Amino acid sequence: MSRKSTRILVVDDEEIVRESLSSWLRKDGYTVAAAADGPTALAMLAAEEPWAVVLVDLKMTPMDGLQVLEEAHKVRPDAAAVIMTAYATVDTAVRAMKLGAYDYLMKPFDPEELSIMVEKIVAQQSLRRENLILRKVLKRGYTFRDLVSKSPAMQAVFELAKAAAKSGSTVLVLGESGTGKDLLARAIHAESDRCTRPFLAVSCAALTETLLESELFGHERGAFTGATERHPGKFEAASGGTLFLDEIGDIGPKLQIDLLRVLEERKVTRVGGTTPIAVDVRVVAATNRQLPKLIEQGTFRQDLFYRLNVIPLTLPPLRERKEDIPLLVGHLLETLSVETGKPVEGVSEETMAHLLAHDWPGNVRELRNVLERAVVLARGSVLRPEHLGPLGEGRPGTAKPLSLEEVERRHIAEILRQSGGNVSQAARVLDIDRATLYTKIRKYDLRREDDLQPAHGR
Amino acid sequence: MDGVVVCWIGEHEAPRGLVEHVVGHVRGALGQRLRIGFEPERPAEARDARRGQYDTGVILKWLEARHAGAAKVLGITDVDLFIPVLTFVFGEAQLSGRAAVVSTARLHALDPAALPRRLGKESLHELGHAFGLVHCGRPGCVMTRSPGVAEIDAKGDVFCPDCRLLYEEARRHAR
Repeated sequence: MSRKSTRILVVDDEEIVRESLSSWLRKDGYTVAAAADGPTALAMLAAEEPWAVVLVDLKMTPMDGLQVLEEAHKVRPDAAAVIMTAYATVDTAVRAMKLGAYDYLMKPFDPEELSIMVEKIVAQQSLRRENLILRKVLKRGYTFRDLVSKSPAMQAVFELAKAAAKSGSTVLVLGESGTGKDLLARAIHAESDRCTRPFLAVSCAALTETLLESELFGHERGAFTGATERHPGKFEAASGGTLFLDEIGDIGPKLQIDLLRVLEERKVTRVGGTTPIAVDVRVVAATNRQLPKLIEQGTFRQDLFYRLNVIPLTLPPLRERKEDIPLLVGHLLETLSVETGKPVEGVSEETMAHLLAHDWPGNVRELRNVLERAVVLARGSVLRPEHLGPLGEGRPGTAKPLSLEEVERRHIAEILRQSGGNVSQAARVLDIDRATLYTKIRKYDLRREDDLQPAHGR
Repeated sequence: MDGVVVCWIGEHEAPRGLVEHVVGHVRGALGQRLRIGFEPERPAEARDARRGQYDTGVILKWLEARHAGAAKVLGITDVDLFIPVLTFVFGEAQLSGRAAVVSTARLHALDPAALPRRLGKESLHELGHAFGLVHCGRPGCVMTRSPGVAEIDAKGDVFCPDCRLLYEEARRHAR
């Protein structure tokens, strides 16, 4: 967290103290606001977020510092509160600490004492935040062990990826959406010598070219409207680590040149800047697009492709490694069970048959989403087909096209499921008469209760 | 506008060559012309009798009013300075404002011969704040925070490249 984004609130009834303390802290680079009394301070704490430090004067009206401290702790338990006073007594100090104060400052205090204390608080808060993120990262599992697969095609990818991880070379991960390109990139980072340094991911398709340029290379203050402060880019921030450039096939021509230059020279120049800054970053790029085709069309530079394509890794789609589905289901359910706090033992045979029959155009991500929904909806510990919801609504255009009859069959089955098997109600929703619906139920053999669920792969 | 004005504030004369040294150093670092001023009296209302020190807030406002034509004004004084919540300060400036002040009172400590160089650094540091620069984390930069003379001695005399860029930007905007 930068100093600029560290917000400090000064609460003191003396204007001169508010002004001088705010001014002092601003020179340390922090963002500072001030309040003249407790109620104003509490309103500010409640209204905006986040606050790192609250410096509160002890002697104030209508609320004294201890009352403000007590209330502030309820509103912003994460903010470190520090009591300031000219009249310290052991009793008030003990009370303040009991109420959760971080520290106690005697006015006037040493400039060093103040700056070091704030620095310490900010460092502790950064560590706590980092810890939380690390826990999340650990929970999400970023090692090869977590890339579950027993398919020979995937094993070959893993072998190559492990070797690539140990080198510093640029890696290009190819594969359809949802095949786990980001997980593979993270696993490569985790297995590399760079694992203690940052792993940063940027989705190149999510930003406009100008924003992406500033995101990747940073900008100097005043480089463009709204650039109110200097901002190092992801290349600088990932220093010593790995930068994952997802959807690389979507970047514009100018950025392609800039990126090529960075990859060649290992130096970035911030937008609006003139000095090139040396960067030591391993790049892992990924795309679901056919880069050779883009080169042919003239929308992707061949020289950049060669620069990125040092070690290409292609992740096969899930439909080509269906043997992995049971393994993945077990793994994903274990994770989902922890995340949702619901004990799930597994799926019924019938459910597994449905899962194996589906083509998974959205790949592992789609499988995860389907299972997540099922875990949320399930009452018991075994997932049944009715918990899966309608399958086959993944990425359009990639699944095997359905016949009109199949679409009709699935739709009727779904409406019947929603109406709990009530034919009259389903007929109303479908806007057909009951007789017609009965004919279709017979035609599609939807009478059995199981078939009131959407059936797949028939 | 008069550009940057550096003036000695005090009943006694400044130690020989001290202001000239500061002016020379600051001129070199800022790359702009400086004018030397002189204030024979300190603002009496800045003195806090109980603390025996001078309130920088009052001095800054006073300097601002007396040098209305200056883009920036740096006062150098020999009395000890404070801001109300702190025990003392070596100097103080209005962040992105016009006035700055530094004191020689504590810069003699341990090594009186080091005074001119320390004063040069702190003068540039406070003027840096007046140009909108905040404390810098780069070791050696004159804009690093220096709570004691040891830290002043340890840091460099000029801006690091990043602060230099920010200063130049601020100067361009001021034109």
